[in-house]
Amino acid sequence: MTQQPRILYCNCTYAKVVPAETKREVLRRLSESGAAFDCVADLCEMSARRDPGLVEIASAGNVKIAACFPRAVKWLFHAGGAPFPNDGVDVLNMREQDADEIVPLLLNGHPTAEVPVP
Amino acid sequence: MSKLTEARLRVVLYEGSGSETIPVGDRFALMSELLDSGYNVTLVNGKGEVGGSDGAALVVLGRFEGDTPSFAQADGADDGGAGVTFTDIRGKDTAAVLAAVQQVGEVKETVRPGDWKPWFPVIDFDRCTNCMQCLSFCLFDVYAVDKTETITVQNQDKCKTDCPACSRVCPEVAILFPKYTKGPINGDIVRDADIQREAMKVDVSTLLGGNIYAALRDRQRDARKRFSTERDESRALIERRRCLKKLQGDLDIPDEVLMSLPSVGDIEERAARAREKAEKRRARSQTVKDVRPAPSQEDWGI
Repeated sequence: MTQQPRILYCNCTYAKVVPAETKREVLRRLSESGAAFDCVADLCEMSARRDPGLVEIASAGNVKIAACFPRAVKWLFHAGGAPFPNDGVDVLNMREQDADEIVPLLLNGHPTAEVPVP
Repeated sequence: MSKLTEARLRVVLYEGSGSETIPVGDRFALMSELLDSGYNVTLVNGKGEVGGSDGAALVVLGRFEGDTPSFAQADGADDGGAGVTFTDIRGKDTAAVLAAVQQVGEVKETVRPGDWKPWFPVIDFDRCTNCMQCLSFCLFDVYAVDKTETITVQNQDKCKTDCPACSRVCPEVAILFPKYTKGPINGDIVRDADIQREAMKVDVSTLLGGNIYAALRDRQRDARKRFSTERDESRALIERRRCLKKLQGDLDIPDEVLMSLPSVGDIEERAARAREKAEKRRARSQTVKDVRPAPSQEDWGI
């Protein structure tokens, strides 16, 4: 298991269910943090395609995902052939949490990242 | 080739050695534009773990110092046979970079992002009891049964966009549509009130004596008979529209879905298939394995 968390951001490009302001702020602060990270246009699409990238993410060991409801993300990965391990995956919900809450949790444990001031 | 199996293009924004750092504002604008255009983007700067090669074709964007590197120059890289294209983005604005990425996608014949809105059911197997009501209900062959006789979502791209009707007939609140607006269908926590509401649902097939299709046929025949006697077809039409409107409202079915319903023949054919599957499954679950040793020739009197 890696110590440094791997960060994944879902842009939920094809729907308008995640508040645009939250998405924008989370992405802006992540891109200003100095941390390396992965962004996907749409996790649902990756799941439907059974994208091999999902397996890699799920098995990375220490993963923080900014997306939507954790129950939805868990079963999207499962449907995509990449079930979550028992622990090591944190899902942050941009539909209900705001950027102030999400970004520090995403970058927590990331030694090279700086949490940008809002 | 299905839109779900076509190769896709992944974008890497490279700021590691041999490349200049992209100004923060430009980086954010570029990432936003690429994501909004449907591309997956990885920021690589040597400061953290990111995804490795996953078989997707790659386009690596960077402000490369000196000549634009070729794949052979990439240290220890492995493109998995998918192909890597390096593109120098110095002096290019966001629109020009996006155009360059799209061009690479066209050359490599990767899927064009945005061709399909990913709307399909996702099963919560912590809740699903494998009752197969969704399989019986869906008229578009989205569901199937896998080798282990478990319900599965097989044809995501056959699902009708914005239609969550199957999740509304699920008695266990086990079907999610992550892009739906309201909980618990959107993946929000299932609360006691949701479960109570589901428990009050009427199992339509039970109500109609176990064979919904036969019951519907009988009902249609009776209605035809009644209205032909009464000679009042407009009343029949009004009644039919009223029932359909109510069902549409109850299940939150979009107009487009009603417009694309399969024919009666198609429905009956898939009903027969579903019945056959359910009967096979029932027969298998009722089979008790006989653990006694097989009779010998002596037992048979041979």
